[in-house]
Amino acid sequence: MKALLVGEYREGKLLENIYELVAFAGKLGADTAIALIGDAGSVPRYDGTVYLADVAKFGEYNPDQHKQLILAAIAKENPDYVIFPHSSFGWDLAPRVAANLKLSQVSEIIAIADDGFEVGCCNAKMRRTVKPGTAKAVLTLQAGAFSFVGEPQGTPTVVPLDVAGDGLVKFLGYEPAEAKDVDLGKAEVIVSAGRGIGKKDNVPVIAALAKAMGGELGASRPVVDSGWVEHSHQVGTTGQTVGPKLYVACGISGAIQHLAGMKKSDFIVAINKDKDAPIGEIADVLIVADVMQFVPALTAALQK
Amino acid sequence: MKILVCVKQVPDMESRFKVNDGGDWFSEADLAFRMNEYDEYAVEQAVQLREQLGEGNELTVLSIGPDRVQETIKKALAMGCDRGVHIKDADVHKKDPWQVASLIAGYAQGKSYDIIFTGMQSQDRGSAQVGVTVAENLSFSCATTLVDFKFADGAVTGKRELEGGLKAGVRIPLPALVTCQLGLNVPRYPTLPNIMKAKKKEIEALSAADVLKEQPLSTTNKFYPPVKRGGGVVLEGDVASQVERLIGILKDKTAVLR
Repeated sequence: MKALLVGEYREGKLLENIYELVAFAGKLGADTAIALIGDAGSVPRYDGTVYLADVAKFGEYNPDQHKQLILAAIAKENPDYVIFPHSSFGWDLAPRVAANLKLSQVSEIIAIADDGFEVGCCNAKMRRTVKPGTAKAVLTLQAGAFSFVGEPQGTPTVVPLDVAGDGLVKFLGYEPAEAKDVDLGKAEVIVSAGRGIGKKDNVPVIAALAKAMGGELGASRPVVDSGWVEHSHQVGTTGQTVGPKLYVACGISGAIQHLAGMKKSDFIVAINKDKDAPIGEIADVLIVADVMQFVPALTAALQK
Repeated sequence: MKILVCVKQVPDMESRFKVNDGGDWFSEADLAFRMNEYDEYAVEQAVQLREQLGEGNELTVLSIGPDRVQETIKKALAMGCDRGVHIKDADVHKKDPWQVASLIAGYAQGKSYDIIFTGMQSQDRGSAQVGVTVAENLSFSCATTLVDFKFADGAVTGKRELEGGLKAGVRIPLPALVTCQLGLNVPRYPTLPNIMKAKKKEIEALSAADVLKEQPLSTTNKFYPPVKRGGGVVLEGDVASQVERLIGILKDKTAVLR
């Protein structure tokens, strides 16, 4: 079995998630090669072939041409699986490759099952197993689901990759993240508000608990999108990644993007009226209660 | 200009999900359905574009599924879409992303759409494949995960949301397909007069079997709840005793309570 692993390169660097793909391919028992649109300095320590296209020519985001480059690598390597990280890069590029070759695609894999690949569904509350029905298949892997153990080693054989033509998408440049007025990364306690708090007027109730615990206020994405809390407080994939001693999730269901940003916390308390909310899976303590009844009572008890 | 927005009807994600008799998807009993959250942003952006362009332009909303999806189509019509298309399919949950994309592309083929909007993914299946695959099948330009959208001078410019708060500016020519991320705009609530007006708008009905020629490329074998990790303590009961027990646990297990 052979797998072609597609590297993600951004702002001049190959991202570390390439090793998550290596770890997954190891679990599959597949021989691997890597395809990368990058530069010579970004070629990873690795024992195998790296198909390298020049990022100076093709750009960091140019999905039509990147698709052609990956198709060229597939033609040379003839892999059983073409594997991407399930990231803003992978979920954009993978379906273009799959559609072009009419291949089955399985998105955001979290585990290998007996009858296919395990993926999350219904906002991570449920699971499915999905089996590709084509001889070759495209797979994307959930960030953090497969971790590489040990130190990467080896010197790869670099094979240049090139295609003619142009892409339809014009990349206009990056816009950096907004300046953070709160560094949640340094906080020992974070008390985060989720959609379950109901309305913006309830944010001070959560902030009061944060204060009573000597911590900072955090927030989930929907709360930030609704304008209840500033983006600088957002915890998750598109906000800050945190690892406090205590994380208190108030009315947060636990979307995978949020969990990815806080699951390394030492101790997690979740308050949610839904006993089945996915946050319960990683919480050390799940309090099944109405968050707007429980939080003021806890704050009052701590202030005694 | 002709604009198409694709919407999916999904269960309310606060629901308790039960496995259906076939073991391959949820049972619909006791579930309440609503518009996929990502698609609300797609509809809002499409309506804003339609308002920007003015009269003489047309915005169509399309949905695939059983009769209940007409409620979702009606919501999009009440938000400002001009007409609806309902591709009737009682078994849409058995179709894989390739077939769903083929249905949409099959409908749109030859109808000269300039821009197609979709959500970046559905809340229930979450494959994030359908939008991009429609674009590939129609040879449209495509940008995904937009948190900013502008149409000017015959081209779409937008910002893609990357990880860690970083954004990427992109420009794509027409015909174009964009997939919409949460936070792209503030989806409007339909007003009562617009809900009444929407009742008079046309909903074209088609049968999926008449549009679809493709076989699935993948199959769902099983649908099931995650294995509970265990180890976590679940506190139920009255609030006062929950507070007391939690403070006890925090004093015992963490060093943060002073």
